[in-house]
Amino acid sequence: MLRVIAWRVPQIAATLVILSLLAYLAIGAMPGDPISLAMMADPRLGPEDVARMRALHGLDQPLLARWWAWAAGVLRGEFGYSRLFARPVAEVLWPALRGSLVLLGTALALAAGIGVAAGMLAALRPRWRGAVDALALVSQAVPAFWLGILLIILFAVALGWLPAGGVPDSGGGGVLEAARFLVLPVATLAVAHLAAYARHTVAAMAEVLRAPWITAARARGAPESRIAFTHALPNAAVPLLSVLALDAGALVSGALITETVFARPGMGKLLTDAVMGSDQNLALLALLLVAGVTMLATLAADLAQRALDPRLAA
Amino acid sequence: MRTPQAALPRRLGAALLLSLLPLSLLPLTGQAQGVAQPRDTLTVGIAQATGTFHPNIESMLAKSYILGFARRPLTGHGPDWRPVCFACEAVPTIGNGGVVLETTPDGKPGMRVTWRLREDGRWGDGRPVTAEDMRFAWEAGRAFETGFGGAEFYRSAYEFQSPDPRTVTLRFDRVNFEAGSAGGFEPLPTHIDRPIWEADRRNYRSRTAYDTDTANPGLWNGPYRIAAVQPGAGVTLERNAAWAGPAPAFRRINVRVVENSAALEAQLLAGQLDMISGELGLSLDQAIALERRARGRFRFEYRPGLVWEHLDLRMDQPPLSDARVRQALIMAIDRGRIAGSLFDGRQPVAATAIHPDDPMIDKALAPWPFDPARAGALLEEAGWRPGPDGIRRNAEGVRLSVDLQTTAGNRSRETVLQVIQGMWRAAGVEARIANQPPRVLFGETLSKRGFNGAVLFAWISSPENVPRTTLHSDEIPRAERNWSGQNFPGYANPEMDALLEALPQELDAERRRPMWARLQAMTHRDLPALPLWHRAEPHVLPTWLEGVRPTGNMSPSSLWVAEWRVR
Repeated sequence: MLRVIAWRVPQIAATLVILSLLAYLAIGAMPGDPISLAMMADPRLGPEDVARMRALHGLDQPLLARWWAWAAGVLRGEFGYSRLFARPVAEVLWPALRGSLVLLGTALALAAGIGVAAGMLAALRPRWRGAVDALALVSQAVPAFWLGILLIILFAVALGWLPAGGVPDSGGGGVLEAARFLVLPVATLAVAHLAAYARHTVAAMAEVLRAPWITAARARGAPESRIAFTHALPNAAVPLLSVLALDAGALVSGALITETVFARPGMGKLLTDAVMGSDQNLALLALLLVAGVTMLATLAADLAQRALDPRLAA
Repeated sequence: MRTPQAALPRRLGAALLLSLLPLSLLPLTGQAQGVAQPRDTLTVGIAQATGTFHPNIESMLAKSYILGFARRPLTGHGPDWRPVCFACEAVPTIGNGGVVLETTPDGKPGMRVTWRLREDGRWGDGRPVTAEDMRFAWEAGRAFETGFGGAEFYRSAYEFQSPDPRTVTLRFDRVNFEAGSAGGFEPLPTHIDRPIWEADRRNYRSRTAYDTDTANPGLWNGPYRIAAVQPGAGVTLERNAAWAGPAPAFRRINVRVVENSAALEAQLLAGQLDMISGELGLSLDQAIALERRARGRFRFEYRPGLVWEHLDLRMDQPPLSDARVRQALIMAIDRGRIAGSLFDGRQPVAATAIHPDDPMIDKALAPWPFDPARAGALLEEAGWRPGPDGIRRNAEGVRLSVDLQTTAGNRSRETVLQVIQGMWRAAGVEARIANQPPRVLFGETLSKRGFNGAVLFAWISSPENVPRTTLHSDEIPRAERNWSGQNFPGYANPEMDALLEALPQELDAERRRPMWARLQAMTHRDLPALPLWHRAEPHVLPTWLEGVRPTGNMSPSSLWVAEWRVR
C-alpha cells in the first residue's frame, strides 16, 4: 500500500506541474487579452492607456516568464489575485467551492443512494430489471438543462412552491431556507447521475450473485438479506468505487449547466468565466484543484479497492 | 386503448414526479411563492456580475448600475441627455463662470474649470465630501501606475486647486468642451483609501477598501450603501444613514446577478425578482416575447440607448473601397422591416452613429432609404452586373462577394445577419457568413483588422462624444502602433481628421452644432460603417413601482433611485 502511495504521489505532482504549464500556455495563447477586450468596452481608453494597463497586469511579459512567476508564487503560498473578481484568488475560490461541494455532494449522495438501491433491487428482484433499466435510460437521456427548466416551470413558476434559482439573501433564512434553494438543482443533478450508479450496481451485483461462494452461502441457509448486504454488496462495491472516484472530481469542478440554469455560484461557472476572461491565476488554481482532487480520489479508490479485494494488490 | 409501450413511460414520468414531490414539500416560506414581497425591499435582477467596486478602476455596466444606488459622481447625463450635477451645484460653463480660458505656463491655450461641491454631501460614516476627496481622486488618477482607466482626463489636468473645502478647480493644458462634465472624475474617500494608496500605489487596485472592505459605510455617499456582497451572486444595499437628500422608498435593495436570461425570466415570473434592469437584463427580443406572455403583470419600458449596432466595412479594400458599393449595400437592406419584425419596432433605424436624443443630432439627415432599384443602379454604375446565378460580377468576372461576421452565440445578431444575407442576395451581392466567438472577433479579427468584408457589432458611447477613436485616420490599427486604435474600417479623410481635432476645442455649443452636422453628413455619405439601429433597453418593472426613469445613456437609472416610489 505504502509503495503504491510512494509511487503515485510524485506522479500526481509531476502531472500537476505539466498541466499548469500547458493550461497557462493555452489560456495565454487564446486570442484577445483582457485589456483588448476592456478597450472595446471603454471608448475612453487610448493607446497609452492600453500599453500602461498591459504593463500593470504583466501582460507585456513573455508567457513562459509569466508562468514561472506564477508557479514560484504558488510554491511560496501566494495564489495571486483574480483580475475578474478583484479579490485574492483564494477568497474567490472558496465560496464557489463550498457552493459546489454542497450542491454536488448532496446530489451525488442522493444519486448514489437511489442508484445503488435501484441497482440492488433489479439484481435481487429480476422482475424490476426492466423498470430500473428504463429509469436509468430516462436519467441518462434527459438533458440536465431541459430537466432543470422543466422543474423550474413546474415547481417555481406554476406552483410557486420553491425558488426558481439563486441563493438565499445574505444572512437570511437559515438552513431550511438554504435547503429550499437546493431542492431543484439537487434533483436535476441527482437524476442525471443516478443512471451510472444503478447500471454499475446491477451489473456488479448480478455477477457477484452468480459466484459459487454465494451459492454456497445460500446452501448454508444464510438469509437473502444477509447474502445481499454482507456478502454481495461489499464485493460489488469494488467497481463502484471507480465511479465514485470520478464523481469526486465533479464535486470540485462543479456543474456548469445546472449552476447556470439555477443561477448558483459554483466552480463550473467560475472555471468557465476565468478561462473565457483570461483570469489566469484563478483559472489555473481552479483547474489544478479539480485535477488534484480527481487524481487523489482515484488513488484513494485504488487503495480502497485493494483493501476490499486483496487479489488486486498481488 | 392504452398500449403497454405508452403506459410505461407515463408511469415512469409519474414515478419521477412523485419521487421529486417530497423534496418540494419543505416549508413554503420565503420569496419564491409568487406572493408579493414586503414593499420595503426591492429585488432587481441583472445579467452581469461585477468585479471591482472601485468607481475608477475598470469600466463595467454592472458596476455602474450598482454604484448608481450607492455613490454620487460629480456629474452625469440626465434622462433628457443634458449634463447634470450630482455631487456639485452646477455644471461649469463659460456662461456661469465655471470655465475660464487661459494660457498654460508653457504658453499653450488651456482652461480652468471650477466645480462647487454640494454642501450636504456626506460619506456614509457622516464625514463631509470635500475638496480633499477630489484631490485624492486627481492625484491617484495622475499617478498612472495606480491603474485608473481612461487617463487622458488626468494627463490633461495638470494642476489642482482648492481655495476652500467645497471648491475644486482643475487647470487643463488644452481646451476641451467635455472637461466640465468631468467624465470619471469623482470624489474618493480620502480618509479611507488614501493611506492604502500611499502605502503601495502600484497595488492599490487590488488593495482598495472598495474591494477589501466593501461594506464600509464611509465609501458610499449615495442614498444607499453596499451592506453585503456575494461574489458572482449579487449585492445587498441598505439605506445610507448619512444621506441628506430625499429619503429613498426602500429599506433594502437586493441586486441579484442571474447571467442566464432564461433563469432571469424564471426568477421574475416566480416572484423572486421584482424587476429586471434595462441597462443589462433581458435582450430586446426576449423582453418583447415576455411582454406578450406576461402583459399586465409587469410594466415594460423601452428606451433606445447609446449602444449603436452597425456593420463596420473594410473600406480600404475592394469591392467596399467604392463608395457606390457601400451606398448600394445600405439601400439594399430594409432596416425598417428588420426592426419591425425582429424588434417590434422598438429600435429606431439609425441615420448615423449619433443618437436621436443627442443634443447635436442633425434632424434633417434622414436614414438611407430601402431602395433596391437605386441600389441596383449604383452597382451597375460601379461595374457590377448580374451573372447567370444572379450574383453580380465585374468586367474581370470577379463575383461581388462580401464576408459577413458577428459574435457567434448572439442569437439576435445572427438572425439579423441571415436576413441581411438574404436581402443582399436579392440585390445580387453574395454574402458569406463566418461568425466568431466574441473573444476571437474583438480580440483578434477586429483589433488587428483581419476581416475583409463587414462585421456587425455595437459601440457604446455617451452624449456628444467626439468619435475620434473610430473615425480619425491616426486611429487605424497598424502593426507598427501595436494595433492600437478603433478605426477598424480604415476611414481616412483629411477633412474629418481636421474636424475631429477642432470639435473638442469649441466651447460654444451653438458653434459646435454645424461642426457636428458636417461630421454626420460625411459619415452618412462615406459610410465607413453601415448604421443599423440604436439598441433599446427593455426595462421590466413591477406595476406598483413608479419613478424609474430610464436614461438610455451612461448614467444608469439607479442614480435617481431616491425618486423611486411604491404606488
